[in-house]
Amino acid sequence: MVSHAIEVRNLYKIFGPRGGDYVDAVKNGLGKAELNEKYGHVLGLRDINISMPAGGIMVVMGLSGSGKSTLIRHINRLIDPTAGEVLYDGVDVCKMSENDLREFRRHKTAMVFQKFALLPHRTVLENTVYGLEIQGVGQEEREKRAKQWIARVGLSGFENHYPNQLSGGMQQRVGLARALTNDADILLMDEAYSALDPLIRVDMQTVLLDLQKELKKTVVFITHDLDEALRLGDKIAILRDGMVVQQGTGQEIVLNPADEYITAFVKEVNRGRVVNVETIMAPLSGTPEGMPIVKGTVLEAAARAMTSVNQTLAHVVDENNRPVGAISLSAIISSMVTPTSHEAKAA
Amino acid sequence: MAGLCESLPGFLCKFPAFSDVSIRVVRKSVDDGFKSLVRSYVNAIDAMVQPLQWFLNYLERLFVSSPWPIILLIMLAIVYFGSRNIRITIGTAVSMLAIGLLGLWNDTMVTLAMVTVCTFIAILIGIPIGILMARSDRVQGIINPILDVMQTMPSFVYLIPVVMIFGIGKVPGLIAVVIYAVPPMIRLTNLGIRLVDKEVLEAADAFGSSGWQKLKNVQMPLALPTIMAGINQTIMMSLAMVVVASMVGVGGLGKNVLQAINNQFFTVGFLNGFALVAIAIIFDRTSQAYGKRLQKHSEVIHG
Repeated sequence: MVSHAIEVRNLYKIFGPRGGDYVDAVKNGLGKAELNEKYGHVLGLRDINISMPAGGIMVVMGLSGSGKSTLIRHINRLIDPTAGEVLYDGVDVCKMSENDLREFRRHKTAMVFQKFALLPHRTVLENTVYGLEIQGVGQEEREKRAKQWIARVGLSGFENHYPNQLSGGMQQRVGLARALTNDADILLMDEAYSALDPLIRVDMQTVLLDLQKELKKTVVFITHDLDEALRLGDKIAILRDGMVVQQGTGQEIVLNPADEYITAFVKEVNRGRVVNVETIMAPLSGTPEGMPIVKGTVLEAAARAMTSVNQTLAHVVDENNRPVGAISLSAIISSMVTPTSHEAKAA
Repeated sequence: MAGLCESLPGFLCKFPAFSDVSIRVVRKSVDDGFKSLVRSYVNAIDAMVQPLQWFLNYLERLFVSSPWPIILLIMLAIVYFGSRNIRITIGTAVSMLAIGLLGLWNDTMVTLAMVTVCTFIAILIGIPIGILMARSDRVQGIINPILDVMQTMPSFVYLIPVVMIFGIGKVPGLIAVVIYAVPPMIRLTNLGIRLVDKEVLEAADAFGSSGWQKLKNVQMPLALPTIMAGINQTIMMSLAMVVVASMVGVGGLGKNVLQAINNQFFTVGFLNGFALVAIAIIFDRTSQAYGKRLQKHSEVIHG
């Protein structure tokens, strides 16, 4: 299955009975507070333009009220936009007929919810087959496929338990298994891990990353946790008050925060786990020295490798083992600590 | 205060009602109009309710003419498999035996047949209306006041048009009982569906459920405990109403109570009353235990 990218273009959402009437005013600069005060409508999203990479994990990050959950609901149109388009494989989801939309939801998307949203009267297995059941797949076939995914998320032996008999982490594994069983190209995860405690959250992130390595789905992941965003995201968009403040790779955002808001966010980030060696390497001068380090390695891993063999110098090599740059331990360390300028700005 | 009237114009003291003559004319024309309307459709109405008559007669005959041990065993089996509770089952056996020993077996069977049919019809009518109400605020806005009227109107009052339309007999009694007993069924179906968790509904939507699939897989199962409470209420109200319905010709325990009232038979009245209470408790405990068993999945074991 080939994954397709999702293009969100000029998307506006204004909540209220006559939202459409105010789109032009908002386009011309009417603010969120003013719209609410004067006209009693709430600005949900404002001019969102994001292209979500095919077969990659797109993370949308923002604090509560930033519009991130509203945005993800536009991709399978649980919420109708006020203006703009959401393109998948060249088709505008927002213009689909009711039937096309239902087919799109059945076969192209699957969703995982913050509060799990499992059917309490159904067992783990019966929950997992839900997507296939409403598609009309036969019982034997759908249970076979569901059992595979239940095993993949580590819930073998719990097939006949009810959701209430499971812990939060296990319930979300059911939620993930239910979405994966659907075998859809797009996986929408709405703060899927926010309700889990930290250790289980990291555990579930690993599950997702491992699965993604072979599945290559187009994942849209919503979170309010920057560490989670940086760990999972091939691309990250940061939302504030319904607007995209910055989008790019995790590295780009950490190294060049667009404004003070994002600077404050990235201040506490462990940069050693985000920044890659090629970002800080110096040009090669003469013969490559020290041990080779593959391009794409994060600083922390590089530092660990260098200290374990007691070397202060290394060279970066590309996929074909050709040296492309030089790097030293002191350069790595100085890049891992937060720059003082950021400290000052955020304070 | 009475003195005040002397100095005021008359119409402020005595309420200026329409004249007796004009009220009588209106009343008479409404009554006559209604009567002639009923008279012209009498055949159609009879044909329409005929199946009810057959169903009721069939069930009554079945209950009354079957050997009592068979009926008792079937009842105990239903109670046991519904409630999975041996105490409720024993209680049922004891009270049914007591009813039999006191010579009320046949009357109880007649009442049982009546309540069974009434409950069945109330469920058949109530659940679809409840579903419609849950799907549309407008429908809810129209039906709610009707239910209010049905529940507050004294039951004797709507016996009048029922008797005018259907005459005296079992079927009019049945219709009166259903009118009285169906509102909780409708209301609780509506409430149950409206209380279904929005997140779960959203998940059902996100996976592409059609309206019918959502109703069948999510809304009805999750509303079931509330709907069961509605069925329970409907049974209780039917049992209460069969006594009133005996005034229009329904037999069974209710008729005995009515005769006891007319003749001041203290003991007979109470014995029949207690027989009704016994049936009510059996129905109530069994249906509640069954409803609770359906909720097995909501037990939290850990986490």
